[in-house]
Parts: sequence; C-alpha cells; structure tokens
Amino acid sequence: MSVSPGSSMRTPRRRVAGLGSARSGTGHFWLQRVTALANLLLILIALPIVIWAAGQGQAQTLAILGHPLVAIVLLLLIFSVCFHMRIGMQVVIEDYLPAEGMKVLALIANTFFTIAVGSAGAFAVLKISFGG
Amino acid sequence: MAGAAERPLSPHLQIYRPMLTMMMSIVHRITGMALYFGTPLLVVWLLAAASSERAFSLVNGIYGSWFGLLVLVGYSWALIHHAIGGIRHFVWDTGAGFGPGPRELFAKLTIGGSIALTAVLWIVIWLVKG
Repeated sequence: MSVSPGSSMRTPRRRVAGLGSARSGTGHFWLQRVTALANLLLILIALPIVIWAAGQGQAQTLAILGHPLVAIVLLLLIFSVCFHMRIGMQVVIEDYLPAEGMKVLALIANTFFTIAVGSAGAFAVLKISFGG
Repeated sequence: MAGAAERPLSPHLQIYRPMLTMMMSIVHRITGMALYFGTPLLVVWLLAAASSERAFSLVNGIYGSWFGLLVLVGYSWALIHHAIGGIRHFVWDTGAGFGPGPRELFAKLTIGGSIALTAVLWIVIWLVKG
C-alpha cells in the first residue's frame, strides 16, 4: 500500500512499524496459529501416552509420565495449550463484554486462570519426573 | 453514552438463515470455550498422580465412573472438532477453500469427521483398556 506522505494521518515511523491502530499488528493472530499448530502436533504424541498411562496403578502411571521425553512433551503441551487458551478466550471476552469494567476484569481473570492452570500442570509434571 | 444505545446495531446471528458453515463456526468457538474449562481435567489428573496413591485412585474413580466417562467422551469430541476446525482455518489461511463447494465440504467434514474419529478413539480405548 503506497500512501503519499502528504495524505497520510500517520507518521512515517508508525507506517514503518506496521502495527496499525491497535498497536499490536498481526501478532495476536499469528500466535493463535503457531500455538494451534504446536497443540495439534503435541496432542498427537501426548494422547496415546495419556491413554496408555490412564487407568493404571499410580506406580505404573508415574513411571510412564516421569520419563524425560514424555515429561517434555507434556510440559510443551501444557504451555502451548494455556497460551492458546488465553488468547482464544481474550477474543471471546472482547467480542461479548462491551462494558469496559467487566471486560478488563474478565481479561485479568483470564490471565490469572490460564497461568494458574499452566503452572499447576507444569508443577505436577516436574514433580512426577523428578521423582518427588 | 445514553445516545449510543439508540443507534441501530449491525445485523447479528438471529438475522441470518442458519447455515451449516455458520453453525460450524459457532461450534468452533463453543468447543474452544469448553476445552478452556476442560484443560483443568488433565491438570487435576496430573496433580493427583503427583500427590498420593489415595488422591490418584479417587480421581481415577471419578473419571472412570459413567458420568466421568461421559464428560471425557464429550471432552474428546470437543477436542477433535476444534482440531479439525483449526485445520480448516489453516487451509483458509493459505487463501484456498473459500468457495461454496469447499466450505460446505469442510463443514460436513468437521461434523462428520469429529463424530467418526471420536467413535474410533473410544473403540480403540475400549479394545486396549477392556
């Protein structure tokens, strides 16, 4: 898009940055897609492992989930999923909560929830893997 | 902002005749929100395994009950539906598949594929786990 310098309301610096009026550019969209791809690949690996480990005795389950490769896949999955959850729910909140106060509170709650879920999951995986 | 409410709103869902593609779009968002609240199911299971024998058998008992299995079946369907819907978005991201034919096909694949794959998944689980 070529805009003659005289006709644009934007400063040259703004145009070079390419971040638009919301000042975040396409970063949000891009992260949604990158985490979606990561989720897809990781779930294809993690799902058979979780099915294998599920419904067994605790010792057996811990042995499976505690394997370094399994633990790494689960950690990556938890991080990627929680990131995807946060930006996905953010869009829903922005779409359906027009009142500024409620919206800001919901966005903060969304951040707290996803970080709490992610931290708890990561802690559990690490505890299992480190043999606690 | 008293005047703002007086303005006409842009047409929303209830204005349009329901279509399959529109339904799949809505379901994609609903399954996304369901999965958002479903992730703690995995985390609770991991935390129970990391905590104690007693906590683990308690959670296993709840997840293995008929109600627990019903939730897990619904959870897996939502996951598969959202995943296929996401793959559909990847295709659209390349600029392909926006025509009436492909987008109808995507909609049918999303609903049919998610139900079929969920059935296959649970048949496999049943065969492996007895």
